[in-house]
Amino acid sequence: MRTPVIGILWLCLMGSMTPALAQTSSELDTLRAELAQMRADYEARIAQLEKRLDEAEKKAGEQQTAAVQAEAQAVNQPDPVQSAPAASSMTGRGDNLMNPAIGVIFQGQAWSYSTDPENYEIPGFPLGGEAGPLPEGLSLGETEIDISANVDDKFTAWLTVPIVVEDGDIAVEVEEAWVETTALPAGLSLRMGRFFSNIGYLNDKHSHSWDFADQPLVYQAFLGSQYVDDGLQLRWLAPTDFYLELGAEVARGDRYPAGGAANSGVGSYTLHLRSGGDVGYSNSWQAGLSYLQADAQERESGSEDEPLLFTGQTDMYMAEFVWKWAPNGNFRQRNFIFQAEYMWRNEDGSYQLPYGNALPYDTDQRGWYLQTVYQPFPRWRIGFRYDLLTSDNPGPLYADTPLMPSASDPSRYSLMTDWSNSEFSRLRLQYTRDQAGLDDDNQWGLQYIYSIGAHGAHTF
Amino acid sequence: MQNIILLALLLVAPLAVRADVRIFACEPEWAALALELGGDRIEVSSATHALQDPHYIQARPSLISKVGRADLIVCSGAQLEIGWLPMLLNKANNPAVMPGSKGFMEASQYVTTLDVATNVDRSQGDVHPQGNPHIQTSPKNILLVAEAMSKRLAELDPANAETYQQKLADFRQRWSVAMTDWEKRASALRGKRVIVHHKSWVYLENWLGLIEVATLEPLPGIPPTAGHLGSLLERFGNNGADFIIRAPYQSDKPSQWLSERTGIPAIVLPSTVGGTDQATDLFKWFDDIIDRLLANGS
Repeated sequence: MRTPVIGILWLCLMGSMTPALAQTSSELDTLRAELAQMRADYEARIAQLEKRLDEAEKKAGEQQTAAVQAEAQAVNQPDPVQSAPAASSMTGRGDNLMNPAIGVIFQGQAWSYSTDPENYEIPGFPLGGEAGPLPEGLSLGETEIDISANVDDKFTAWLTVPIVVEDGDIAVEVEEAWVETTALPAGLSLRMGRFFSNIGYLNDKHSHSWDFADQPLVYQAFLGSQYVDDGLQLRWLAPTDFYLELGAEVARGDRYPAGGAANSGVGSYTLHLRSGGDVGYSNSWQAGLSYLQADAQERESGSEDEPLLFTGQTDMYMAEFVWKWAPNGNFRQRNFIFQAEYMWRNEDGSYQLPYGNALPYDTDQRGWYLQTVYQPFPRWRIGFRYDLLTSDNPGPLYADTPLMPSASDPSRYSLMTDWSNSEFSRLRLQYTRDQAGLDDDNQWGLQYIYSIGAHGAHTF
Repeated sequence: MQNIILLALLLVAPLAVRADVRIFACEPEWAALALELGGDRIEVSSATHALQDPHYIQARPSLISKVGRADLIVCSGAQLEIGWLPMLLNKANNPAVMPGSKGFMEASQYVTTLDVATNVDRSQGDVHPQGNPHIQTSPKNILLVAEAMSKRLAELDPANAETYQQKLADFRQRWSVAMTDWEKRASALRGKRVIVHHKSWVYLENWLGLIEVATLEPLPGIPPTAGHLGSLLERFGNNGADFIIRAPYQSDKPSQWLSERTGIPAIVLPSTVGGTDQATDLFKWFDDIIDRLLANGS
């Protein structure tokens, strides 16, 4: 009923705003007649649709009853239920049974800074990879296309293709492209291709599932925001009642904190160990340890035009802890998340500074963040995050270079609130007080995240 | 030292007391049914409990290890668990229970689902294209799933096939008697008009001849809004319905609000085994559903 009324109102409105449309009374009459005709048409059509719907519902009900009766009659006869498992609806997608699941994630943002983000740097921690502030002003974030499907009974595949705008140019990247086994015995699985490393808690999470608009400082400084590389990942789930996962990866070593695909293209190794469990119905936790060793050959960081080049080895140890609370496990109603990660790294090698000689470098650095997110009632969440980095002094050779840390440890705190109309949409406001860059900075950001099409289940 | 012993025990214990079939049920009703059909031949755990909304739980570490060790997964299916089960399966590295294998069973595949959508869009809310997944609220469906589950148990554990067959025959007999009784008692409910919180009772309505006249949620999965409740008050203020039904895990505020203003009784119905103090097993669960409807029906 509502549609035709609104339609007519809209037409009337358009009509009243367009005087040329109804210059003479005869035109007005014609228009009225047409509107009346349209209205009658719509009402007839809706009545017809309602009738068909009623019939369809009745029919479905009858079919259900009939099916139940048929089953009841057949109870003592050979089982009518197919013994072969029917095609699963977990993987089936109606008409497009053989098409992969396709999802698109739309992200956009607006950020305001009190100092120019183009010149952002953290003294002592030259940034590499994708690290750094989000663009100032209005901008489109990553538009992410996810495509996934089972290949056959033994393999599954996943592709993430973000479309990004970098310096005004549109670029299509292959962010993730991997295949994974689904049929290895003994709790093993092997992933091959390009993927986010499984180290740390946040590293393999896609940006749309982050609780803040940006990664913690320690991820930006130590991992170039997120460590993604080409390689192999082996995971083993222990056959125990409590959760215990061990994993190892070997990768090309072409992305920060590795670089230059050292060792003939086998430049990095990782290990991880993860456990977790429940405490009653309302609490659950996960904790893990990870290790990353990466070789770097002329790895770029700092200024894009005059990068610093590091050649040497990075060793990184990470500890993660997450605690989630939701009354009776009903996460959607109310929940609280506490999350913290600590990282320690040693970089040992040499830095080539612009217009200078290679200098020996062997420095320990540490960083951590802690964050809490609270959802007091459905749809609304508030969050707080604190970041801190510390660095040893790399030595007097590095005085007045971007590798010399400032006297006070880089730190930052962020506040956010977001509203999610459904699992597929989110609007966020974030404030960050940055005391890590050259000047203290107040940063305000607005962000949207929307998802259409297939959307994979999220990890814990 | 104590911790080390405890850890060693944890590692060894599961190997020592191995049931013939280890079942991971997504919802409590399938766990209860598995116990009826498998008895001491099986070991079963449920991913959700009766006070949880099975649409929305987290893919928790504890569940990953349970899926990793399961021989059989039994879920409602029809995308009810789409927000968490695929992730559990992906993390659990257990080919025995992957979709398409003998160890993966979706109950909704063995019944005729209602509300099958031919043309869906997320603007219609959280709709399930393969039909309404809350199939457990009709005892007829329970029996259909029981037949399938028993057969699956026998396939996975042929040594005990005879036991499973006997248990199914016994269950079928007791269930049929109980169903006749429920239907007799509930005949007074035929034609009663119900307002439901979420569209999760269509199979019960279909079985008992209840007529669903409205939902408290404006769209499936979208929490009730003041505006929508206001329009319901307008529509049903003058005795336009007989019950307002919600599951124990749904907020009581919307149904109470409407009940107070319209005088229509608001009822909590157990949506699965364990949903109320009375619903301690499959039989008592449907007893309690009928009791609660009758107590408010006349």
